[in-house]
Amino acid sequence: MTAIFEILSGLCLFLGGVLCVTGGVGLLRMPDFYARVHASGVTETLAAPLLLFGLALQMEWSLDLVKVFMILILVLATNPTATHAMAKATLHGGQRPLVFDNDKGTKGDDSSKP
Amino acid sequence: MIAVAAILLSDLFAVVMLFGVYSLLTAVLFMNLDAVDVAFTEAAVGAGVTTVLMLSSLHLTKRWEALPRRKPLISLLVVGITGAALVYAVQDAPLLGDPSAPVHQHVTPRYVEQGATEVGMPNLVTAVLASYRGYDTFGETVVIFTAGLAVMLLLGIQDCSRMRPGVSAIGDQVVLRSVVKVLLPLILLFGLYVQFHGDFGAGGGFQAGVIFATAFVLYDLVFGDGSARAVVPPGWLHRLAALGVLIYGGVGVYSLLAGRAFLDYSALAADPVHGQHLGVLLVELGVGIAVFSVVLLIFYAFAGRGHCR
Repeated sequence: MTAIFEILSGLCLFLGGVLCVTGGVGLLRMPDFYARVHASGVTETLAAPLLLFGLALQMEWSLDLVKVFMILILVLATNPTATHAMAKATLHGGQRPLVFDNDKGTKGDDSSKP
Repeated sequence: MIAVAAILLSDLFAVVMLFGVYSLLTAVLFMNLDAVDVAFTEAAVGAGVTTVLMLSSLHLTKRWEALPRRKPLISLLVVGITGAALVYAVQDAPLLGDPSAPVHQHVTPRYVEQGATEVGMPNLVTAVLASYRGYDTFGETVVIFTAGLAVMLLLGIQDCSRMRPGVSAIGDQVVLRSVVKVLLPLILLFGLYVQFHGDFGAGGGFQAGVIFATAFVLYDLVFGDGSARAVVPPGWLHRLAALGVLIYGGVGVYSLLAGRAFLDYSALAADPVHGQHLGVLLVELGVGIAVFSVVLLIFYAFAGRGHCR
């Protein structure tokens, strides 16, 4: 049982690390603000809970485990909200997402490409 | 590196964000040095409240930094000489954790060895902060109160009829409102937990006051301008800030009247250790109340100004 937990925990931690790295790369390299917000949202909402879950699998039943689960729930609740708030504020500010018009092959107007 | 970037950039919005990141990294550094209470306070104040306050003040001033009119050569010379002198002096400093360093002589062995029995609480940081060095903490509280007083005298809180509590500036905020409605009681509860649990874990009055004020700031940001003002009017906060300092000073004066030294908590109860507990509780309460009201007052002073033109 503990062997399964250890393998699962290692897998979760590795996946969380990979997602953190890809999220960071996406944050730097994406062409559009909305794509960047999505990349950072993936880092916060998927990678951080995976890391926390991987850590939780390695702990035994104690008060610290309950605290880790509370942190996990809090992170899952607040990070998508923050991403949503950023995207909504940008939309209110006037920046539109960068779209490629398929039949014309040109970029849409008012794009947010820097 | 972050500090250098913050100096070189002229986009003040980015600079405020960089300051938040800098505060967060400093909090991580403090955690690395095993200073949990300080890291807690740094994260709450620097990466939380200060970012919001600086963004509010940015809304009132320009976003791009104006270029300096002439090159400040003399100030560069002064800063360079002072920096070089400081670096030279640091060479002589003892290594971190060196047992023969002057910091670890004199009073510190007494704090470490007898703190748990004399003050009777597991968190030695709170014991030193509130009991052994209570006078310095009193000075800190008065400084915070004076800062709030200065902001009130210089800026004041404008009574705005154009504020619309309950109407957010951006529009319909279904997601944010639902999540924040669930989160706010948890934040307030956590603030109370940090306040009263400071004896045993990381915490204390400063962190608790900031966390409590952050809940109200969040409410004001999400639910529309003036919402927090409708819940907690500024007049209350003026009196609460003074009440916090009064509680702290009152404990000290009570021990004076009971025949002991100023802020000697053993005069508060029959058993000295109980007196210490009671004294630390009251004093941290005073600090928490004062910090909460001053932070919220500063937020009121900054946040409502832009809409009252």
